[in-house]
Amino acid sequence: MRQRRHSRQILLGTAALTISALALTGCGGSNESGGEAEQQQDAAAAFEGRGPINYVSSRDASGAAQDSIDKWNAEHPDEQVTFIELPDSADQQRQQLVQNAQIESDTFSVLNLDVVWTSEFAANRWILPLPEDALPTESMIPATVEAASYRDTLYGAPYYTDGALLYYRTDLLEAAGVDAPPANWEEMTAACDKVLALPEAADMSCYAGQFDKNEALTVNFTEAVGSAGGQVFDAEGNPTVDTPEALAGLTQLTEAFDEGLVPSDAITYLEEQGRRAFQEGELVFLRNWPFVYSSLTATDGSSDVVDKFGISAVPGIGDNPGVSTLGGRNLAVSPFTENKATALDFIKFFTSEEESKARLDKSSRAPVYPSLLEDPAVVEERPFYPTLLESLENAQPRPKVVQYGATTTAIQEEAYAALTAEKTPEQALADMQAKLEELSAE
Amino acid sequence: MSTSTPAPPRPHAPGGPLPRKRKPGTRSPGEGRMAALLLSPTLLVLALVIAYPLISALYQSLFREESGLDENGFVAEGESFVGLANYTDMFVGESGARFLNALANTTFFTITTVTLETVLGLCLALAMNRAFKGRGLLRASILIPWAIPTAVSGLLWRWIFQSDGIANHLIGSEILWTAEGFQAKAAVIIAEVWKTAPFIGLLVLAGMQVIPEEVYEAARIDGAGWWRQLGSITLPLVKPTLLVAVLFRLLDALRMFDLPFVLIGPGKQSVETLSMLAWDESNQLRYGSASAFAIILFLYVALIAIVFVKLLGADVAGTKEVRTLRKGGRTRKAKAL
Repeated sequence: MRQRRHSRQILLGTAALTISALALTGCGGSNESGGEAEQQQDAAAAFEGRGPINYVSSRDASGAAQDSIDKWNAEHPDEQVTFIELPDSADQQRQQLVQNAQIESDTFSVLNLDVVWTSEFAANRWILPLPEDALPTESMIPATVEAASYRDTLYGAPYYTDGALLYYRTDLLEAAGVDAPPANWEEMTAACDKVLALPEAADMSCYAGQFDKNEALTVNFTEAVGSAGGQVFDAEGNPTVDTPEALAGLTQLTEAFDEGLVPSDAITYLEEQGRRAFQEGELVFLRNWPFVYSSLTATDGSSDVVDKFGISAVPGIGDNPGVSTLGGRNLAVSPFTENKATALDFIKFFTSEEESKARLDKSSRAPVYPSLLEDPAVVEERPFYPTLLESLENAQPRPKVVQYGATTTAIQEEAYAALTAEKTPEQALADMQAKLEELSAE
Repeated sequence: MSTSTPAPPRPHAPGGPLPRKRKPGTRSPGEGRMAALLLSPTLLVLALVIAYPLISALYQSLFREESGLDENGFVAEGESFVGLANYTDMFVGESGARFLNALANTTFFTITTVTLETVLGLCLALAMNRAFKGRGLLRASILIPWAIPTAVSGLLWRWIFQSDGIANHLIGSEILWTAEGFQAKAAVIIAEVWKTAPFIGLLVLAGMQVIPEEVYEAARIDGAGWWRQLGSITLPLVKPTLLVAVLFRLLDALRMFDLPFVLIGPGKQSVETLSMLAWDESNQLRYGSASAFAIILFLYVALIAIVFVKLLGADVAGTKEVRTLRKGGRTRKAKAL
């Protein structure tokens, strides 16, 4: 008798558990909303609604962004902007932004997006196309506008930009009788041969970039391919890495490893390791972003190369000019926010030339306006801006694909295999082409 | 289930004492309903935090997101039911190779780290169990690696294993620890063992300290040496605690994520575990296959736990103790009768 009651209780308990679980699953299950999203998209194109909005961004340690926001808030008491900070890691930022878009939350109004996310967010309708005349795009660096567009429609307002620079040791080049920074790899190799023959440079290596399996490897690979006259994706979005140009680019890197131009431990280098090696006098040339400039010029004794280094554009391969990839951020408007008119006005204000200039006092992030990068008063403070501008004029965006995550993984995987001599460059590129074709066919 | 339930008590057994003290494990008719009522909040919470995510993941793993673009370049919305395709795809092609590699890594890390940790943890416990000056300090200091958050210790070890880091200086070599290859696995194992051996050490120490001193005294009088004492007294008596500690470590190691992620980096085949694979899939918005990986990992962990408990008889919930107590109580009563 008790036995039966016992099992009945268990049965009941299990049933209750299952039912509640099923009910919950039912609630959280599939939510098809095709037509609804369509309507929202149409309504959103009008950019209506005014009121308070939230600006979601990566951290801004300089405080320059907050200054701009404070200025806006002082002028627009009914359309206050709140600054929401996301985690430092780009992956986590993307994850939070994506999650918010998927639940169609109206919390995030203006999004600060990495340039490589533009296609993914636009294709998923997580950001709104901007009206054609909303921004003074003709006065911006063309590559930054291109990077904020998806299929010829502008989706984001370029906020700041970033490009590759070649840092080199002026003192050593001078001592070796090289009077100009190299324009291509042959010149760089020749310069290194002379420099490394010097007694004071005996233990040094020639060059390093970022070659660890990471987003930075995609950047370095794309630059090598671009500097050899190739492209990772053509204008139609088809992968083109099984070309002679791409092979020339990748081979340049693998040979540099083989010949010892690049130190063997550079396969573990990210931005920081390379910076440290250069700063401690282990490298003659370093490819890195502008942000390391302040560390290299630090006068607190941490840098051995203060006043001993110069900056130029990245070297080309063969007769081709060096090509930088493009970094930086864009601001875009979420279709799920209520106050789209305010959001649009805010990004116009925030990314205006005037505000960009005002932020230069605090932040070294490069504005997207050539006029500012060439402004003598600005250049005095940041001597690398003209070189950066030159680098950006040749810049290519990284692959503009919707499935950017899978694409960059495939590129890293194969480029890394070639650099570690696990595959020949030919094999790696053939495999990369196959993977990318599969991804773009989906 | 029914074997341990003793016969129903008779409320008014003639001549017996008043049924105030019933045998443990029996209850009156109303009590069962009361117990179910009192337990229902717990069951509800369990359903919410365990059953719901599990069933939801299982459900999600049967779908696949549309990844095609329409002619305007927009992502086709919605997801389609694909049955078990997410599971069968794990064993074929490129993604299959990746999954099997992750499975092999997970298994390899689990076996090597738990074995090393157990040996090292035992040694630590033996060392700490002796009375000597500064024992308290040693015990506290041994806890430090375990108290450091894994991500932080991952960063610490990343420094150590840098190409110009202290590890290479000490052994006078040029090993690229964080590059792909076996040395990356070794780096993860070293860091993991360093971090979690103290956990086993402390649990085992707790087990050792309840062994009465008289047992050892008796052994010494019988002429047993240190090794004999270890093999015949310490280890058998500490075995229940040790098994539980090892089980916890096993389950933990199977879910390993943050250490290889921070120390070596995401996307490195040599150290990619199942958790990292599931994370990567969900990061690329492929929630269907991410759920499938998570479910497989769950089944793997569950299987290991069940096998471990059944075969080695790890006593997780202390049920054995209760049973022995009960048995003891019953025999005492039987004797009294």
